[in-house]
Amino acid sequence: MYISYLKELVKKVEKTRPRRLYQDFPRMAPHECREVVKKFHPDYLENGFQTLKAGGNKGDRVPCELAELLEAHSRIEHIEIDLEKIAYDMDVLIIGGGGAGAAAALASQKEGAKVLLVTKLRFGDANTIMAQGGIQAADKENDSPALHYLDVMGGGHFTNIPELVYTLVNDAPMIIKWLEDLGAMLDKADDGTMLTIHGGGTSRKRMHSARDYTGTEIMRTLRDETLNRGINVLEFCPAVELLLDEEGKAAGSVLFNLETEEYLIVRAKTVILATGGSGRLHFQGFPTTNHYGATGDGLVMGYRAGARLAFMDTIQYHPTGVVFPSQIMGLLVTEKVRGLGATPLNIDGDQFVYHLEIRDVESAAIIKECSYKKKGISTPDGTTGVWLDSPLIELLHGEGTIERQLPAMLRQFARFGINIRKEPILVYPTLHYQNGGLLIDKYSRTSIENLYAAGENTGGIHGRNRLMGNSLLDILVFGRRAGFHAAQKSKEIKLKKLTLEHVCQFRRQLEQNGLETESISPLLFPSYNHHETVRSLKCN
Amino acid sequence: MTKVPLVDIYIMGKKYKVPASLTVMNAMEYAGFQLKRGCGCRAGFCGACAIVYRTAGNYELKVGLACQTKVEANMFLAQIPYSPPLKGTYDINTLTPTASSIALYYPEIYRCIGCGSCTKVCPQNINVMHYIAHAQRGEIAQCATESFDCIMCGLCASRCPVHIVQYHVTILARRLYSKHLLPQASHLKRRVMEIKEGKYEAELRQLMKLSSDELRIIYNSRDIEE
Repeated sequence: MYISYLKELVKKVEKTRPRRLYQDFPRMAPHECREVVKKFHPDYLENGFQTLKAGGNKGDRVPCELAELLEAHSRIEHIEIDLEKIAYDMDVLIIGGGGAGAAAALASQKEGAKVLLVTKLRFGDANTIMAQGGIQAADKENDSPALHYLDVMGGGHFTNIPELVYTLVNDAPMIIKWLEDLGAMLDKADDGTMLTIHGGGTSRKRMHSARDYTGTEIMRTLRDETLNRGINVLEFCPAVELLLDEEGKAAGSVLFNLETEEYLIVRAKTVILATGGSGRLHFQGFPTTNHYGATGDGLVMGYRAGARLAFMDTIQYHPTGVVFPSQIMGLLVTEKVRGLGATPLNIDGDQFVYHLEIRDVESAAIIKECSYKKKGISTPDGTTGVWLDSPLIELLHGEGTIERQLPAMLRQFARFGINIRKEPILVYPTLHYQNGGLLIDKYSRTSIENLYAAGENTGGIHGRNRLMGNSLLDILVFGRRAGFHAAQKSKEIKLKKLTLEHVCQFRRQLEQNGLETESISPLLFPSYNHHETVRSLKCN
Repeated sequence: MTKVPLVDIYIMGKKYKVPASLTVMNAMEYAGFQLKRGCGCRAGFCGACAIVYRTAGNYELKVGLACQTKVEANMFLAQIPYSPPLKGTYDINTLTPTASSIALYYPEIYRCIGCGSCTKVCPQNINVMHYIAHAQRGEIAQCATESFDCIMCGLCASRCPVHIVQYHVTILARRLYSKHLLPQASHLKRRVMEIKEGKYEAELRQLMKLSSDELRIIYNSRDIEE
């Protein structure tokens, strides 16, 4: 329910709506896009970043909150662990139970590998289920993988690794076909034609969806299939460190049973990191759309073991996170809302940016409108946002469109007395996606032999900015590739002796570079309690 | 910033003072709990955070999602961190989209007594009992469509007096419907074939060779579908 002063401001929006309804707001020229991003995007705020003091990316700029974890003490530094006591002996170990992990598990098992999937929370607890909007693939008559390629490269400001983009767009239609064959319930016309719409930065309508539960539908289908195929899944057992063999190749992992607090050794011929993103590190204090488990654990474990990172200085802020009501602060307002015609407006009810600019441009434009032009709307909690005029959707597409196409969003706001069919919503950019991560090649290989990676914990596919609908795509494209190649590779590997020496080596390297820290990583869980910090009692 | 009043709530019987505006999940964290189980997407999509609770002076035990339920003064609550329902394991390719396929794995659907407990507790406001009736009659399309917004939180099954696991029934129904009843997308099949035949290979390889400045020119002048 909007309180009185906000209700007054809603009236201004209603007043300008008839004028705006059929008026096209111009897109920004390319040089204007570059300028607004440089001036207002959080990636360009110098004190949000620091340089790494050790490891393969020494000297590179990463967010301060991530640097702290990459350079922290290992959770197992002072723990006695018997590496001879092997709890699970597998061909392929998959760390992470989201869409990439599930796709990898299915692909690995199909190749005949003995697979174990381990995950920190439940199988399926991941950003995948929260990806509402859609999945891109160039499968329509007027579209082509080349057009998709161009959009991805342009979206990433031409910084993306071409080989990875080629792989992404070329595999895309195969992925949609795979989902169709698995029985995922994608939106279709009566004759079976996929219903597709635009997303920010797309030149063709190639966004496939399953209402606004696209990621949920994909995840629950993949999970169902994984369980049907009898693949071993271990929940609430996060990996806390990778194990290497004496030649420095990946050979397993140390798991931590969250309930019994035991450490378990998994030996595996190949390992796939699919731990997802890092929004729960709340870079620069931003709220996030991310899942509770998104704490960058895979980046920490991989980096400590010697894997290279790429594009770690670029984070995606989704242009439209909820700022009111406070109970759902940071929650994603899917880009599909803008795809269907809702536009951002300032306090006067005027549009100030084209509604489907690519994400970093759209976010920077909203931050500019609030911080520089002072045309934002203040919420009762002291934050600022802009309107997103959702009632336009049904004026453009007819009554019932929101209930059909955006049932999750309608329900979310209805719980707090806001009817998005009739009232606009208040939004501001929110921490959404980790553009960078472990550097991979088209076979999903990292820079460490026998270590693969897929999904949000990888970097290079999206360059410095990802387009909507390309993450659900990339987790499946590279998840399946990781699974396939890790299984193939496992057939030729003879297991050797396990070691944790790389953890000690990395520690020594940090100390030699004068780093002192009390932090411990991987973080596993963010902390949201309101207690005063309690210092532990120190007895000398 | 307005000051939010504090209320007393009882988490597993212990009293804590928390701001009245919080959801149960935020209130548990405010009180100092470090959640491991019973916390997921925090946005109503994942079904991880089922709770059971009772409000002041009321004998009725209610259920809900911790991330979507607001605290109330003198509320008693506990998490439901896990439940162990039986899931059928099947090969979706070989099943037919009929009632008998569902009955094979979930025969208990025919024991439904029509009490409506499932519908009453669904946090997604789905008419659960209704779609179970569709499943019984082999109306796979209706069952799939009406159950689509299910987040598999398990609250329906927790309340069912005849032990139906509604959310497992529906994923089977949705997969049967999508796989065997919806027509396949012919344009998709065609495109997959074209890619395998290498129709787009030259064009893509050509683009990959271009410098970012050359690509930028093509990108900026590309036509955009209305």
